Amino acid sequence: MMIKVSGLNVTFGQGTKANHVVRGVDFGIGTGECFGLVGESGCGKSTILGAIAGRVKQWSGEIRINGEAVQQSRRELAQLRQQQIVFQDPFGSLHPRHTIGRVLSEPLEIHGISDRDVRIAKVLDQVGLPQRFRFRYPHQLSGGQRQRVAIARALILDPQILLLDEPTSALDVSIQAEILNLLKDLREERGLTYLLVSHDMAVVTHLCDRIAVMQKGKFVEVTTRAAMIKGDLSHPYTRLLRDGSLGYRPVSSTAAE
Amino acid sequence: MLDAPLLSVRNLTVAFPSLQHVLPAVRNVSFDIGREKVGIIGESGSGKSTTGRAIMRLHPAKTQITADRMEFQGRDLLALSERDMRAIRGHRISMILQDPKYSLNPVMSVGEQVAETAILHEKLSRRDARLRAMEMLEKVHIRDPERVMSLYPHEVSGGMGQRIMISMMLIAKPALIIADEPTSALDVSVRQQVLTILDELVTGNDMGLLFISHDLNLVRSFCDRVLIMYAGRVVEELRASELDQARHPYTQGLLEALPSLTEPKDRLAVLRRDPAWAQG
Repeated sequence: MMIKVSGLNVTFGQGTKANHVVRGVDFGIGTGECFGLVGESGCGKSTILGAIAGRVKQWSGEIRINGEAVQQSRRELAQLRQQQIVFQDPFGSLHPRHTIGRVLSEPLEIHGISDRDVRIAKVLDQVGLPQRFRFRYPHQLSGGQRQRVAIARALILDPQILLLDEPTSALDVSIQAEILNLLKDLREERGLTYLLVSHDMAVVTHLCDRIAVMQKGKFVEVTTRAAMIKGDLSHPYTRLLRDGSLGYRPVSSTAAE
Repeated sequence: MLDAPLLSVRNLTVAFPSLQHVLPAVRNVSFDIGREKVGIIGESGSGKSTTGRAIMRLHPAKTQITADRMEFQGRDLLALSERDMRAIRGHRISMILQDPKYSLNPVMSVGEQVAETAILHEKLSRRDARLRAMEMLEKVHIRDPERVMSLYPHEVSGGMGQRIMISMMLIAKPALIIADEPTSALDVSVRQQVLTILDELVTGNDMGLLFISHDLNLVRSFCDRVLIMYAGRVVEELRASELDQARHPYTQGLLEALPSLTEPKDRLAVLRRDPAWAQG
């Protein structure tokens, strides 16, 4: 078990204003597995990812990574290095005034790793970018190339887990295909474990072995890729999401709000 | 299409001049829209939104818009004065934009904003306009419009915001609606509701709809006809139900690059772009 989450609760704010975002979630992700979290905006899927990454600190419950329990606050660098995030919007997640080379060397500096040049050259190669891109700025890159840089930045510390927060939703269909293929290849080559958060059912089904469907901070169903493809689903909310992503079907409009 | 089309466009070209050169964003685009739902599909930068905005003449003044013909109900849109154009915008042709968060006025209550259209175009009194606004909000299935009227845009959800925008543009009973990614910012369940409302209204009121989107599955199931744009050109025009039989390699490439829920693929085909597509 690479990631084991039990009884995870996340609450933002206190007292009467408390917002209970994640309500008692349990799941485990095996080594080399790809686990998907789907749900609509505000359901808490990115918050779970944030708690695992150490970005969200007000959680309770238990999170174990590689068997080791992690603390809410103060994590060791060595623990943080095991999981890296790729964010949704490559336009927002790369520093506009840093060259790609500098973007990629920053995690190495923080973690005190030497042989930076070698690592940067290697990781650029892995994500399919030419070496000369080291000296470019994000605005000189296309959306797909930028997302490759974001993936390279996550990979440069040799993590075992990639946390993918809507990695393709800001990209065009043809670029999305490239990135999804890259993610699939990287996982096979390096035996990575993925936790993918997305609202796009087709993307999640394409990449993930198991899929958890979230609504209002809870899992309503954990299903498999095969069941999702067949439409063999038990919860009506899962069916709603699946039907919705297949295209337009008139719904009875009185159901609105 | 039984009678003359609502909107007829022939060889529309839109170019943005910059200091160094003139950048053509849309080149020789031709299409007709009748009382039907026409989709424009394309990737970012393909010129689909530029086309929509050119019909409304919403581009900055120095933009070069030329066309052999751009007629709306027999009137030449390019020859109209700005004053005449204002009578068409929002009155005969309306636009729905992508994100209600950015397109509603944040410092005006919902009721005021919806009523404003009625006051401007229908010359109604404030009191009548308010009643009219309420009626329109009911039409887009907003329960308790009285309460919603007094809210500000930041107090409503995305789906409700989008329905408010739809109600706003329906108030003047336009003949043509240009919807630029109207549901891209919405969740799946809300998206279906908004589309259903749009569908009912277009079909029920005999309107034309130009539906700009990048979502192939959505356009395929929602529209009657589809135009596929690439690098500022329409590369293919098809009946929406026949999208699978697309001939153009770009359309085929787009369809193959799409991950599918029903027919899983191990690897997605990556689109190989042919420079010849851009030349038409």
